[in-house]
Amino acid sequence: MHGNNDYQQEQIRTISGAEDRKCMKCGKCSASCPSYDSMDIRPHQFVSYLRGGDIDAMLSSKSIWKCISCFACVERCPRDVKPAQIIEAARLMVIRQQGENYLSPDDVPELLDPELPQQLLASAFRKYAK
Amino acid sequence: MVYSYYPGCTLKTKAKELDKNARLCAQALGFTLEEVEAWQCCGAVYPMGTDEIATKLPAVRALHAADEKGQSIVTLCSACHHVLKRVNEDMRQDKDLRTKVNNYIAQEEEPYTYNGEANVLHYLEVLRDQVGFDNLAAKVKNPLAGRKIGAYYGCMLLRPSSVMQFDDPENPTIFEDFIKAIGAEPVVYPYRNECCGGYISLKEKEMAEEMAGKIADNALSKGAEVLITACPLCLYNMDKKTGETLPTVYFTEFLAEALGIKEE
Ligand code: SF4
Ligand code: SF4
Repeated sequence: MHGNNDYQQEQIRTISGAEDRKCMKCGKCSASCPSYDSMDIRPHQFVSYLRGGDIDAMLSSKSIWKCISCFACVERCPRDVKPAQIIEAARLMVIRQQGENYLSPDDVPELLDPELPQQLLASAFRKYAK
Repeated sequence: MVYSYYPGCTLKTKAKELDKNARLCAQALGFTLEEVEAWQCCGAVYPMGTDEIATKLPAVRALHAADEKGQSIVTLCSACHHVLKRVNEDMRQDKDLRTKVNNYIAQEEEPYTYNGEANVLHYLEVLRDQVGFDNLAAKVKNPLAGRKIGAYYGCMLLRPSSVMQFDDPENPTIFEDFIKAIGAEPVVYPYRNECCGGYISLKEKEMAEEMAGKIADNALSKGAEVLITACPLCLYNMDKKTGETLPTVYFTEFLAEALGIKEE
């Protein structure tokens, strides 16, 4: 189990390309995050969980569906850690597993309205499903 | 001046007027948008994962097509612009990705090598840097005098600024300068670069409405009567929440009106 955890930690580091070891725990990323109130694990915690190898908590977090990829955390991090990319990597690890998509084509009809732009469907499928 | 033009999926469907006004205004301002042949949807979000290769290919193909013609590639939709600009930067900087992408392309019917040579411009950057806002102002026939317009930037055009290099990410001015050039009054409000919620509005509608609501309240408190955007998803999210009190329109609509070519 422990070996698997180390593997997943390395995977997230590779897929994200983010630098968790450079974090100085200033909290600017979380302070900038518009989804903060809806998150169970906050952006700065993703960084420290990755550092500490707390991978299961990251992968089971609801926050991976609440991050809107606005890049405020990336822009404002004084150490160029790129927290959004860690959250993205966690999201990818989850949806790349069989049966773990957060959106299926069957869900779509009831989510549609006449004004909804194609761009919204395209981006949601990219973020929520493989 | 002739540019390659990447409209993207939404400008062919829900946001046709954005596409149409942009082309008409380009003509009036003396530049031409030549649509990239057989372009594919960019995916609407930048694939952040370093091991995401196939999802970056549609952008690469469009970038290469423009470069082959020796033209800069112009976008309108903020999301398309974000994806094209970032993938292009990756192709310049990331040797590993560049190698993998080019391995894919080597298998195509007409193989080529692409190294990020293209120049990606947003339509607003063309107005600012190539046409010039002074020249634009000189071509205005119907100045929108007295209109109080709030610029809604959102995120995709500005961040991350190290790659997007669009404007100051915290205190941008390009939209405000545009608003001045068409004779209206820009209303500056702090939330203009906050996110509208983006794709979250499909599944987490309450979260999205709250985000849009905060932006609209902030703009209204500073006296905005209308917001302008370049992005169909921003427009959808903002209008859904506050369309009645504070409408959001494409910047090209006001541009067309100011140039006297607005189609009824
Ligand atoms: S990219 Fe995600 S984590 Fe970062 S500030 Fe935006 S919503 Fe928060
Ligand atoms: S802003 Fe950067 S340095 Fe500060 S806590 Fe977040 S990741 Fe760490």
